[in-house]
Amino acid sequence: MRKLLKHRILWPIGALLALVLLNAVSRPSFLSITVRDGELYGSLIDILRNSAPLMLVALGMTLVIATRGIDLSVGAQMAISGAVALTIISDSKTPGSLGTVAVAILAGVAITFIFGLWNGFLVSVVGIQPIIATLVLMLAGRGIALLITGGFITTITSAPYAQMSQGYLIGFPFAFFVSLGAILVISLVVRRTALGVLTESVGINPEASRLAGVRSRGIVWSVYGVSGLLAGVAGILYSSNIMAADANNAGINIELDAILAVVLGGTSLAGGKFTLAGTVVGVFIIQTLTSTITFLGVPPAVTPVFKALVVIVVCLAQSRRVREWLSRIRPTRTPTTTTTTPVVERIPA
Amino acid sequence: MSVVMRGISVEFPGVKALDGVDFALRSGEIHSLLGENGAGKSTLIKALTGVYPIDSGRIEVAGRERTFTGTADAQSAGIATVYQEVNLCANLSVGENVMLGNEVSGRFGIDWRATYARARTFLSQLGLDIDPRSPLSSHSLAIQQLIAISRAVVVDCRVLVLDEPTSSLDRSEVDRLFAVMRRLRDQNVAILFVSHFLDQIYEISDRMTILRNGRLEGEYLVGELERPQLIAKMLGRELVELDSIGRSSERVIERTGDPVLRVLALGKRGSIEPMDLDVYPGEVVGLAGLLGSGRTELARLIYGADRADHGTVQVHGSTTRLSTPRHSVEHRIAFSSEDRRAEGIIGDLTVAENMVLGVQAKRGWFRRVPRARRDQIVDQYMDSLQIRPRNPQALIRNLSGGNQQKVLLARWLATDPVLLILDEPTRGIDVGAKAEIQRLVSELAERGLGVIFISSELDEVVRLSQRIAVLRDRHKVADLDNRQNVDVDDIVALIAKEGAA
Amino acid sequence: MTALTETERPAPTISRWRHFLVGKVAWMPVLAAVVILVIMLVAGQAYFGRFVTPRILSSLFVDNAYLIVLAAGMTFVILTGGIDLSVGAVMAFTGMLAAKLMSTGVPAPVVIPLMLIAGAAFGLIIGVMVHYFDVQPFIASLAGMFLARGLCFVVSLEAIQVKNPLVLGLQSVKINMGDWYVTPTVIIALLLVVGATWVLGYTRFGRTVYAVGGNEQSARLMGLHVARTKVLVYVVSGVCAGIAGLLFTAYTAAGYSLNGIGTELDTIAAVVIGGTLLTGGSGYLIGSLVGVLVYGVIKVSITFLGADASWTRITIGILLLAFVVVQRVIVARANRR
Repeated sequence: MRKLLKHRILWPIGALLALVLLNAVSRPSFLSITVRDGELYGSLIDILRNSAPLMLVALGMTLVIATRGIDLSVGAQMAISGAVALTIISDSKTPGSLGTVAVAILAGVAITFIFGLWNGFLVSVVGIQPIIATLVLMLAGRGIALLITGGFITTITSAPYAQMSQGYLIGFPFAFFVSLGAILVISLVVRRTALGVLTESVGINPEASRLAGVRSRGIVWSVYGVSGLLAGVAGILYSSNIMAADANNAGINIELDAILAVVLGGTSLAGGKFTLAGTVVGVFIIQTLTSTITFLGVPPAVTPVFKALVVIVVCLAQSRRVREWLSRIRPTRTPTTTTTTPVVERIPA
Repeated sequence: MSVVMRGISVEFPGVKALDGVDFALRSGEIHSLLGENGAGKSTLIKALTGVYPIDSGRIEVAGRERTFTGTADAQSAGIATVYQEVNLCANLSVGENVMLGNEVSGRFGIDWRATYARARTFLSQLGLDIDPRSPLSSHSLAIQQLIAISRAVVVDCRVLVLDEPTSSLDRSEVDRLFAVMRRLRDQNVAILFVSHFLDQIYEISDRMTILRNGRLEGEYLVGELERPQLIAKMLGRELVELDSIGRSSERVIERTGDPVLRVLALGKRGSIEPMDLDVYPGEVVGLAGLLGSGRTELARLIYGADRADHGTVQVHGSTTRLSTPRHSVEHRIAFSSEDRRAEGIIGDLTVAENMVLGVQAKRGWFRRVPRARRDQIVDQYMDSLQIRPRNPQALIRNLSGGNQQKVLLARWLATDPVLLILDEPTRGIDVGAKAEIQRLVSELAERGLGVIFISSELDEVVRLSQRIAVLRDRHKVADLDNRQNVDVDDIVALIAKEGAA
Repeated sequence: MTALTETERPAPTISRWRHFLVGKVAWMPVLAAVVILVIMLVAGQAYFGRFVTPRILSSLFVDNAYLIVLAAGMTFVILTGGIDLSVGAVMAFTGMLAAKLMSTGVPAPVVIPLMLIAGAAFGLIIGVMVHYFDVQPFIASLAGMFLARGLCFVVSLEAIQVKNPLVLGLQSVKINMGDWYVTPTVIIALLLVVGATWVLGYTRFGRTVYAVGGNEQSARLMGLHVARTKVLVYVVSGVCAGIAGLLFTAYTAAGYSLNGIGTELDTIAAVVIGGTLLTGGSGYLIGSLVGVLVYGVIKVSITFLGADASWTRITIGILLLAFVVVQRVIVARANRR
């Protein structure tokens, strides 16, 4: 099992190192880090900073996918939380005070948490397919964000709010600490409590879990709540970066990036076993890829092409048919590495 | 057209589903295939139609060796299959279900008028006078079965495989189906019939083949084999080694206080008729009956895996609602399903994780089972149940069936239950593991645990239980006190008694 | 199991009534959509005064011709139980491609077939991924969506004007019938609806689409061409996205990479509101047409109200949710029976 885990995370790490190496060779400045006023600057630091929103969203998505679900509404939820927070700040008389900013952030995150719970309600209680349940919010969410901002792009000036994504703390970007915090908190919660193993159990075999007495409904419900909460924080970071609530563009396409990060990290879209470490690596791969593509002079708008190709390749690599082909080429691979699905299907009835 | 299968073996990870089985189906006969769950009936059918690849053996159809790639392929060779669950599309009309793939084409695509007219003739050939334009879902399952058969007639099949078509039909519907089968037989079609209703087998078939544990038990003409002999062959007698465990039926059970579990008129429409059952501390209550008699259904209702629509359940004398597994777990009732893979193990988790799952589910997600407790549980049961390999970090799906079963037992024992419901805990596992599980059940009961024990191996039931409830056709037909040393033959006689079904 | 309770009724009249009702059950959601459409029109007329006029009704079709085409293609996919999130992006891509080619002087009769082929190619990729590689439809089509969206920007980062008279004529030619009018785009869309209705109702492919959606396993056991059908529905959807690209280009007189963002959601909403079950197997193309009209009326009403345009998406989202929940309840009840 430990060997398997190592095996699984080895590939993404390899891919990440290859990307970094590629960059380092083609532009030596990539690895250089300069210190100005005790703050670090450089491409790698940028990647740490810019990856924060995706990191948060992808962590939530990992949990959702582990339960055999999907959350398409994360981008729209980012727009909502940004809109709420910035509207509160711009309406307040003291936009620069720490208290106002704290209230704004809490309000933004609380609202997306509620929206996340709403998604979870639709999936776990009403029994709607996850993709459709979250599609509704994906559809309506940006409209809601636009309503909150009154159809404008709300801009603000608030030093504490800007600190969120632009500021530094002991030499590193503040946003990096936010994503680090999220990684630590979620890893701790997932591995210190039984949430992780119960989530996996529900994702692998819902019926057996139910018969074992697992409260699967509550678990499915809560992962969507967590996903909403994290998307909310991501929305705050995003809006703090541009100091504006842009309902149309905040978190646009982030759902695909998040799914991609999860899959790249080695968590299967079929649910079940998940790896947070893999997702973290996956996020860095995507961020480095984006940075590379930009460096190559490709317009950022074209990056979806590359990501789509990566999704296709990864999905195909995970598919049973391709695995069968591979195992036919290398017959030494034991059947223990095949997925559970064929086994379940082949029970003699 | 005849079908001859020789030395067929099919293996799944950890299970030998078919082991060198011979089978011959002649044209113009109705040939029944008999056996308990897991005996290999469905596997044999799926091996014939190519749904499962065979590991060894050969299949001859009309004298030529054939390998089919699937149902559709077999169908084009004249072998039509009608499965237990009707394999038609409920959202389409009757006529479409009969004719789809063989529609009449007109100038503007499908000529529906002509198509429906042809469908009507095919249906009436089977004595079905129904409107082909009516939706399939508006007809009873019996009619749907007949519609599925008329589809087989459209493709002009020479071999018809009927896999438990009668399991949900009432008497008049069965009569209709049998009339059609006889007519097809007279047209020289070879019919393979699978059913677990013995009355029907004796009524309709010319010949029977009995399978047990993936092996051929024998082929007989219907007149050759009396009903009790047939049942004995299906259920089988155990190997001698198991007898060393000894019989625990004579143990005296104190039945004065409140029972651990009292079931009053528990039932569910279409599943089981309302029935009563008591289990006292330290008592093993066996449920005996053939597949489909309601034994599994009763167990699932008690546990709350399915929801009962009738009756009440008392735990330790107080009436309780057990409508979900969650409630049962809280009342310290444990249930091990007959379908180990689909409803028992969490395949991608480790042995240790699977073992602790029951305790963990009980504690909720927030309070993780402490490491020390977890290690203690794992160590205790790895040793006491002798789980092999002794590696708690192995993935459970890589274990053998017997060891998987032991891990599941450990999962429940760790939750310290007062009542243990075991549905076919020894199916498909090797003799050694079987003996260990039997011994364990006996020991647990001696320590005061109430047990409901379900098995299709009657020896096992008779040896372990102090009381035996005999089920037939979804009814309880007898409650036997095993102190009087009930004999397997007595139970067989009760099961075999011709019912009203 | 539950079928035991279902006994044949002795009285033929009752059973005939039941047959009649059961036969029409699949039409009920379509009827519901029509009722909603009528209620909205009546309410609009009552509230705004001049609402139900030939002009506005005509414009419902003219403004949403591309959406009708997309919804027709999407209906095929959803009937098999799949979903296609790529249609908006593929529509934008084919529009961009056409605008670019025409701006370099390629004649329209060459460009238009190319648009359809491009759309079909996207559908083929998605269909193959879904069927042969077991990728979930939404992931496969999401990948298709990003591929198409990204390729738009490869074609050009800026909007490209379309000056081709043949293409522009599809929208600008107005055929007046009294106060009513239609444009060639509407005629194309409606012809497509008629053609697609015929395919679904009168060809083996069409019936197989329903069979696959009803029970894929059964369809396979019945010896139908499940694989071919499952791939082909995505190709149909892709081709429809290509046609929609043509109509949308005619409508906006330009190709632009950000065209049709979110259109896939509008399309799915229209199909679902029109009564097609997301689980597949039940629904009618005419329902999807009604669904598009409901969408159109919502959009017009919100403009009339002077409310923020974002209310359109919110209203559609709420309506979609309501329909999905109702569908879920219906399916749950059917299973319990």
